[in-house]
Amino acid sequence: MRTSPTIRIELNGKPREFRDGATVAELVAELGLRPEVVATEVNRALVRRADREGRTLVDGDAVEVVTLVGGG
Amino acid sequence: MIHENDGGTPAWLADEPLRIGEHVFTSRLFVGTGKYKDIEETRAALVISGTQCVTVAVRRVDLGAKGPSLLDAIDRERQVILPNTAGCYDAASAIRTAELARDVLDTKLIKLEVLGDPKTLLPDPVGTLEATRELVKQGFDVLVYTSDDARLGVRLAELGAVAVMPAGSPIGSGQGILNPYAIRILLELVQVPVIVDAGVGTASDVAIAMELGAAGVLLNTGIASAREPLRMAAAMRDACSAGRQAFLAGRIPRKLYANASSPLEGLIHAAGRPGTS
Repeated sequence: MRTSPTIRIELNGKPREFRDGATVAELVAELGLRPEVVATEVNRALVRRADREGRTLVDGDAVEVVTLVGGG
Repeated sequence: MIHENDGGTPAWLADEPLRIGEHVFTSRLFVGTGKYKDIEETRAALVISGTQCVTVAVRRVDLGAKGPSLLDAIDRERQVILPNTAGCYDAASAIRTAELARDVLDTKLIKLEVLGDPKTLLPDPVGTLEATRELVKQGFDVLVYTSDDARLGVRLAELGAVAVMPAGSPIGSGQGILNPYAIRILLELVQVPVIVDAGVGTASDVAIAMELGAAGVLLNTGIASAREPLRMAAAMRDACSAGRQAFLAGRIPRKLYANASSPLEGLIHAAGRPGTS
């Protein structure tokens, strides 16, 4: 059985392995998150909701996935 | 005898709405969504407060939690969401946070906070100024948290902030309006709406801010950490309205000596002789 190649990324400050060739949109989906309640950044640059499908993750990417929480 | 007065607001009590950017608010109370017991209490407090603008924070998703989203507590038909950059200690991270918030919410509004340190949570004036300049350039409607320094407030308004939000006292401190004289000067000099933000501990603090002429008050802990948050939400709502009406009505000047409310003429015979003074 062939295992698909993986990349190492940093997700919200923690190391994580992920499928090679996956996009930001796929990461959000696989984390079980509602895409409309999160925003994403790769390497400190915003990846807009509309651009998540077009942004393929590569080894070493630092990804932030944020949402809205209670605050003043 | 019971006098009923439930006919709504008569025309002569009406107030002009508050305009911030593209938004028009009839409530002048801005309420934060932090520190509540749960989503249900958050939702109830927001509704009772009558607020039409609520603040939220941007944070990393909790991958373990699968509960309801804060967005489920907010009725976006009635409440505009104002995301904040709380927790940012430099302009760059505040700008990134604002961009992330805009992408989730599709809003131009941002409550900008660039803080100095976690103990005082005082606004950093230089970082605040830098971030305001950049966010305005990027098309944000910036409501900017600042100190009660009037000159800084003027500069922020000149940079294009849509509202200047001086702290009454440190965030979450409940100390109230520590320097009403500074707020008064700021209100005179700043030509955009001034919303007193931070430090409000109880209803009278809201009333004082509004009586000074603030366009609105933003608070969170004062409601969320009260013993009964929902009752305090109602108190804050009423105080905001009372303070605003008192400002519009115009308070009497403070005088050193008494000024009788009842006529001095026509007293009955031998009403007694006053002491001399």
